[in-house]
Amino acid sequence: MIFYIARRLVWTIVVVLCVIGITYVVFFKLPAGNPALRFAGKSPTQQELAQIEHRLGLDRPWYIQFGKFAYHFFAGDQYGWPGLGYTYASGSSVKSLIFQRAPRTLELIAGAAVLWLFTGVAIGVISAVRRRTVADRVAMGFALFGISTPVFWLGLMMLYIFWRRLGWAGGAGYVSPATSFTQFFSHMILPWITLAMLYAAFYARMTRNNLLETLGEDYIRTARAKGLTERRVILKHGLRASLTPIVTMFGMDIALLVGGAVITESVFNIQGLGYLAINSALTQDLPIVAGVVLLAAVAVALMNLIVDILYAFLDPRVRYA
Amino acid sequence: MTPPSDDRLLLDVRGLTVRFPTPDGVVQAVSDVSFHLSRGETLGVVGESGSGKSVSNLAIMGLLNRNRTAIAGEVLFRGRDLLTLPPDDLRKIRGKEIAMVFQDPFACLHPMYRVGQQIAEAVTAHEHVKKDRAWARAEELLDHVGIPNAKSRARDYPHQFSGGMRQRAMIAMALVHNPAILICDEPTTALDVTVQAQILELIEEVKREFDIGVILVTHDLGVVAETANSVMVMYAGRIMEYGAAGGIFTQPQHPYTWGLLDSMPSVDRRLEALVPIEGAPPSLLNPPSGCPFHPRCPYRFEPCATERPPLDVPAPEAHLDACWLSWDDKVRLGVERAKKVAA
Repeated sequence: MIFYIARRLVWTIVVVLCVIGITYVVFFKLPAGNPALRFAGKSPTQQELAQIEHRLGLDRPWYIQFGKFAYHFFAGDQYGWPGLGYTYASGSSVKSLIFQRAPRTLELIAGAAVLWLFTGVAIGVISAVRRRTVADRVAMGFALFGISTPVFWLGLMMLYIFWRRLGWAGGAGYVSPATSFTQFFSHMILPWITLAMLYAAFYARMTRNNLLETLGEDYIRTARAKGLTERRVILKHGLRASLTPIVTMFGMDIALLVGGAVITESVFNIQGLGYLAINSALTQDLPIVAGVVLLAAVAVALMNLIVDILYAFLDPRVRYA
Repeated sequence: MTPPSDDRLLLDVRGLTVRFPTPDGVVQAVSDVSFHLSRGETLGVVGESGSGKSVSNLAIMGLLNRNRTAIAGEVLFRGRDLLTLPPDDLRKIRGKEIAMVFQDPFACLHPMYRVGQQIAEAVTAHEHVKKDRAWARAEELLDHVGIPNAKSRARDYPHQFSGGMRQRAMIAMALVHNPAILICDEPTTALDVTVQAQILELIEEVKREFDIGVILVTHDLGVVAETANSVMVMYAGRIMEYGAAGGIFTQPQHPYTWGLLDSMPSVDRRLEALVPIEGAPPSLLNPPSGCPFHPRCPYRFEPCATERPPLDVPAPEAHLDACWLSWDDKVRLGVERAKKVAA
């Protein structure tokens, strides 16, 4: 078990290193033009440019630059850990910008994830157990709706109905839970539901299919032959075996969203990471984009690690593989 | 065979019929099957794949989906008809008074729970006991069915067990509540030959020790010859021949049974001496008219294709069979067959 975790850990570090390398090449080597020009303001002198290049380390060979980039990421720079450099536009640290926006995105993801995990799995179980009944058809109809509805449309409809017409929820914008928790909740509930809808639909379908497949297994017949109640057969024996692929998908989905639930954030004007990345890309403020990308990639690698470790707990066969 | 009326009678199945409606038509899986089982008896149920032997037992256990099967007949257990029992009452009998061991021990244990836990769960399914008591019972039973180091092996997962050990664990699970009936559905088919004998021996021991009735479903006549007291030969969902094991093996009456016996390999028989039954088992969507075996029967004559032979005792010294051949013919053909085999 320890060997298994250690092996996964080493691989995660390798992946993060690769991600840093690719990010560096894509954002700092491939773009045409001298990055120093972006820091320098309008019509700089040759001397000013050289000064900026020296400050950014652009006068050093590429491997030294990369080394510093990677070193700052792991060990931090003058703004603290992780060192992500400074923005072109204002010269402030990318880290502080990201840390300022990240809680909004994380709160959005966390709320939506709880919502979609529970509703999705619950709907999937009901659908599988009541297969080919009205409940099943309604649930799968909902799933089809959730999967095929564009998020921006759904978000706008939510706002129109529950904020504008009914006044049940707060409108667009973000209120920090530190300021007012009720206001925070009121403003977040619609984005949570909007973001969760698509995923809940996927999870419902996946749970249904996995569970139906599992319920055809011989060990389910054994569980019934023991005289267990049907509830126990399904929730303990059936769901347990159907859960592993769902855990994998859950980890990956959360990690991918860290890069930003761009559309949801835009519709509800929650200025989170996705919003930050898009705006920075439009103004070509590459260090910020690189910072968000790096963060998202590391999140994916870390979630992968967590999922792998969870797997070993969920499925004893993995532990000995 | 009329069921004995004494108190040793456990199970009395009358006219059991199972139909599966499918989009292609109705599958006639089991048709009009009647048999009985007493304490201390091992009933061998023999037939090819798809002869309805497993389905009959699943129907008795109530393990067929009631929404997708039509079941008729009576399954009397201690005076109650299991087929009409409400699902929850049947659940209370299942695993407690009637237990079942399945064919493939590799697929029948849940891969994600410890073996001991799965047996302990069978304890708590019918009895309100503390978890550690249930666990202790699981260890005790694993030891009883011959798992070495039962205490530590109970903490293993099924994939750490060999096939034979898994089947032993399944038997331990079945014995948790000292059931009256143990149904073994091809318990040795998935196992190595050397392990097969051990498992059969274990089942015999268990039967003697707890004085229970055993239904042993198999397609292996050798297995039946070793352990059964009575034998039921099934074909296409129907009983072809049913009687005491001695009678079935010394004087088989049905051409299908002859076919099964002649195609069975044994140590003193050379491969060339094996006579396979020509053809393949019929589709149960559309079973043959008359006797279901007639398309493959070398002795068929004119009533076989049109009229179904009743399950009857053809002579006072005979047992039940369903065949149009006259008793004299059966005796004559049986003697010829025996000579051919001996030669």
